[in-house]
Amino acid sequence: MAEIEYREALRQAIIEEMDRDPKVFLIGEDIGVYGGAFRVYKGLLDKYGPDRVINTPISEAAILGAGVGAALTGYRPISEIMFIDFATLAMDQIVNQAAKIRYMTGDSLNVPLVIRTQGGAGRGVAAQHSQSLEAWFYHVPGLKVVMPSTAYDAKGLLKTAIRDDNPTMFIEQKMIYLNQGEVPAEEYLIPFGSADIKREGTDITIFAYSAMVFEALKAAEELEKEGISCEVFDPRTLVPLDEQALIESVKKTNRLVIVSEACQRGSVASDICARVVDSAFDWLDAPIKVVAGLNTPIPYNSTLEQASIPHQADIVEAVRKLI
Amino acid sequence: MPGLTKTDRITILKTLLKIRRFEEKTIQLYQTGKIWGYLHPYLGEEAVASGACQAIKKDDYIVSTHRGHGHCIAKGGDLNKMMAELLGKSTGYCKGRGGSMHIADTHLKILGANGIVGGGIPISVGAGFSCKLEGRGRVVLCFFGDGAANNGVFHESLNMASVFKLPVIYICENNLYAISMCSKDSVACEDVADRSDSYSMPGIIVDGTDPEQIFKAVSDAARGARKGRGPSLIEAKTYRFTGHHPNDPAEYRKKEEADYYKSEKDPVTNYTQKLIKEKVVTKKQVQDIDREITDSVEESVKFAEQSPEPDLEQFLEEVKHI
Repeated sequence: MAEIEYREALRQAIIEEMDRDPKVFLIGEDIGVYGGAFRVYKGLLDKYGPDRVINTPISEAAILGAGVGAALTGYRPISEIMFIDFATLAMDQIVNQAAKIRYMTGDSLNVPLVIRTQGGAGRGVAAQHSQSLEAWFYHVPGLKVVMPSTAYDAKGLLKTAIRDDNPTMFIEQKMIYLNQGEVPAEEYLIPFGSADIKREGTDITIFAYSAMVFEALKAAEELEKEGISCEVFDPRTLVPLDEQALIESVKKTNRLVIVSEACQRGSVASDICARVVDSAFDWLDAPIKVVAGLNTPIPYNSTLEQASIPHQADIVEAVRKLI
Repeated sequence: MPGLTKTDRITILKTLLKIRRFEEKTIQLYQTGKIWGYLHPYLGEEAVASGACQAIKKDDYIVSTHRGHGHCIAKGGDLNKMMAELLGKSTGYCKGRGGSMHIADTHLKILGANGIVGGGIPISVGAGFSCKLEGRGRVVLCFFGDGAANNGVFHESLNMASVFKLPVIYICENNLYAISMCSKDSVACEDVADRSDSYSMPGIIVDGTDPEQIFKAVSDAARGARKGRGPSLIEAKTYRFTGHHPNDPAEYRKKEEADYYKSEKDPVTNYTQKLIKEKVVTKKQVQDIDREITDSVEESVKFAEQSPEPDLEQFLEEVKHI
């Protein structure tokens, strides 16, 4: 299998879907000649022309509204929000329009829209370009929330998102675009709601998603040297969540650490914790631990920035406390 | 009136009356507690939807507002399904999930009323892209009020529609009040239509109580849009006869002002008299039309009242994965 970059995997997914279905088009800021801020769309303007790679003014609400309107009228747009922080400018279209229209109209209208965006810290771009806001969208019924960690997952899930008849928040992480991963040459799709065990283990389950999967894997490697066997559980999609697979993993290992780059207050991690306690309390041999970002805006200074989000060492420490 | 046949004019009259009778009935039902939640009557503004929807084709899209009953009726909305939705019944347009502010119909190309002021304006941009991409000469008619014209999405959307020459007709129903805020106090320029200059599109002001003026303006805008000339902004000066909703006594406006519009600028009365005077219809014919419409509105109430409540089990099943 060829090893390709995460961003190339996304690009391949988009190309395959645009070739397959003429109703798929792209709309967003700087996605034309520039190829997108993270170059996911590199070369696509030449390949598909300006009618299918629509390079817009800086107008997030209109980019999202254009996605909603086109989706309602037979197209399958991918609206890009360059940084998830800018989704704040388009929240009405995401939360009140895209997420609601199908259900409040009694299924008479569908919104097959993909909202591609990225978040997370690590690049020194400070508080307005580094947030992990997935909990906002996770909270809103009517949205699917996808956060792939590997190139393989990114490609298979993006293709599924494009073919889904409902709106999907497809959230990437800015630090993993250049990560290499194996991607097969033949076509594949990954269904939503199917978790992936990134590493098998027997002593403890580490629930981690997006870039945190790699910190969890490093922690698992380190802990193995101490004789602790960690299972790294990657849900891949937060909504829908493969809760059954998580419960099975917890029943096997009897311990759980939940890792999330987002700050803990009101987080996805807190909700996962509550759900596991509700369904698998009797199988737990220790309290659940959450390793999450600090409840702070992400600072610019690199030392401070790194201190604001979880790392391998934090996960190792949490696991040691539970074993 | 060039472009308007006798049949067109009678259709407009019927639409005016249908909206008027439907809205009068919904207010009654609201006051007796059969309709609850929010209800935003379109009384006084009937000419805008009636003239505008007559000027576009069946296959063209409309984007509506929270005050959307008139738009849906003018685009051909089914009174039974509308009334059933207002009563929250399973036979309603949204299976009782949406109510007054969320009526949509894919077959009639009604892309939905909207509970968010200005929320539909960006959606019209996307529908405009669809029409442009498919190249079949379809257009989008986007209704919004004077309140929405001060919202950021208005500016983003008109700019983008103009940059991409999208076939969208923006029609501002300036009924003078956004709940209680008078547009004279909220719009910084003289007229909303003035803003068209900033977006390099035609800006037209029409008497929003005269359906034929609206018909003409929308017809011209649609013709240009179908030829690829891009969007237009039409400001229809109209007036909301009631308060924002049936429980709003509208104390923020002068009685003389409301009385003037009701006595001098009632679109239904004026258009009826005009068509009688011009011998397009007789008084008797109007009475017959009105009776038929009143009957169909009564019929819709019966249909709604006899319809079952939404099935709770079915609802829970349908939404369990979201």
